[in-house]
Amino acid sequence: MVAQRFALGLLLLFAASVLIFVGTQILPGDVAQSILGQSATPQTLANLREQLGLNEPALTRYFSWLFGVLQGDLGTALSNGQPIAPALGGRLANTMFLAATAAVIAVPLAIILGLLSVRYRNRWPDKLISTVTLATISVPEFLVGYIVVYFLSVQFRVFPSLASVYSGMSFGEMLYAISLPVIVLVLAVLGHMMRMTRAAILNVMQSAYVETAELKGLRPFTIIARHALPNAVAPVVNVVMINLAYLVVGVVVVEVVFVYPGMGQYLVDHVAKRDVPVVQACGLVFAGVYIGLNLIADIVSILANPRLRHPK
Amino acid sequence: MRRIPLAALLGLIFTGAYFAAALFAPLIAPYGMAEVVGDSWEPSSASHWLGTDSIGRDLLSRMIWGGRTTIFVAVCATLLSFGLGSTLGFFAAVKGGWVDQVLSRTVDLMMSIPSLISALVVLSVMPVTLPVLILVMGILDSTRVYRLARAVAVDIAVMDYVEAARLRGEKQAWIIFREILPNALSPLVAEMGLRFIFAVLFISTLSFLGLGVQPPMADWGGIVKENKEGIVYGIPAALIPAFAIASLAISVNLVADWVLNRTSSLKGGRGA
Repeated sequence: MVAQRFALGLLLLFAASVLIFVGTQILPGDVAQSILGQSATPQTLANLREQLGLNEPALTRYFSWLFGVLQGDLGTALSNGQPIAPALGGRLANTMFLAATAAVIAVPLAIILGLLSVRYRNRWPDKLISTVTLATISVPEFLVGYIVVYFLSVQFRVFPSLASVYSGMSFGEMLYAISLPVIVLVLAVLGHMMRMTRAAILNVMQSAYVETAELKGLRPFTIIARHALPNAVAPVVNVVMINLAYLVVGVVVVEVVFVYPGMGQYLVDHVAKRDVPVVQACGLVFAGVYIGLNLIADIVSILANPRLRHPK
Repeated sequence: MRRIPLAALLGLIFTGAYFAAALFAPLIAPYGMAEVVGDSWEPSSASHWLGTDSIGRDLLSRMIWGGRTTIFVAVCATLLSFGLGSTLGFFAAVKGGWVDQVLSRTVDLMMSIPSLISALVVLSVMPVTLPVLILVMGILDSTRVYRLARAVAVDIAVMDYVEAARLRGEKQAWIIFREILPNALSPLVAEMGLRFIFAVLFISTLSFLGLGVQPPMADWGGIVKENKEGIVYGIPAALIPAFAIASLAISVNLVADWVLNRTSSLKGGRGA
């Protein structure tokens, strides 16, 4: 079961790499032309085509790119001629640090809030939580970002408005530097995560064994924690993973807002410069993380549910 | 006409106001879209209700013109994604077999990459113009519509009246548009509101990243980008589009909720 799911994930990743390649190379229009713009001379066009290997058939180019990637060679950036892999590595680490910090805060908070609003469902704590989270869902991340900057860093001067991280900073300093982007990311995923957790637990609360527990006279919180939660683990883990995958995308925008030296900033900069190899590499890494998290969600829900683990 | 609940009424009024402002922008906007009328970041005054932006353009006019662009792009992208997604979804549900398999697996594959990432990858080689933006957003979003349309249509396709139409010898197009579409319309309409909001957020995000609507054209995401430096000096110009986007999103949501509730209660909850 798990191995099968894993193989499917690998297949999906492979297909995604094809899609990314097709998206940049085989679309109508000439890549070299669009990189250089209208003012290109025929000579520079021919040179660039040569450099990109555009004179070879697409299939050959795809496989040479793929084999390069498998050996850790992501190619060289067009804009500065540097190899992509080392630059990407450092930025990936920064992004992971940011996303992981946000996840460490958001996941327990979302689950606790979800439990609370189930416990007090349809009373004021539930209504308050769901109104606030609805508001955070309706505003795009970059706007949340500026609202937070405007209040926390300009009006009250609590946190720095730019998240500049460099090597040699201590862990505490780094945490302080990224506090604002973390707040924004937490707000961005908290709403979805909390609402989905609430729905998943409420679903379980309607089952017969929960009613039995209620009739036995157990305290409401014991019922939720002992009887409902274990059965809601699979859907909740699913919710968490989906939102972590969403976090990966949210990171792109938030990094631009706070000028944070991570993957998202790198991708956006090089899209603007039309630096195709970098965009391909970043796209592949993002797709890989996204597919990987979805894969983990599936595997956990198989492991957590005996009925899926031993199919009839 | 049944009574409209207060929340939905508020939503309708706000949504209507935004659309009206977008439609009649040339009549309402006090100044031109790219007209420089004052100093940079003037505070609000009688002649400039919201103040001026980073290079001295009237912010209220920029907001109205920007809303026009944002809403226009979002509406076009939503219509495209619905046309494409629902037709393909219905087609897959009616045909079944390998057609369904091929379409559904393709959609699965497209959804395995986050749509913002896909859009950025494609925009790195395509020229960034309005038609290209609409096309990219519409196609990426049609995968979500496809899923919903297919799920709804699969249930309808096994109904007796569809069977009867088939036995009458009706053509594929008749079955899709005359038998299935009318019965699948209500969940699709409610979904349309959500997709529209998604499109508004998406185009704003792209413009904010500098990869959407190009200057000097205004749009809400672009206005944030142009005025973001002001935030550090305590000038809230970049927060005004935030308010516009959020209030539009919430009001369309309220209307969509109401539509969904009303239609699903009429049909015994099947719409949900």
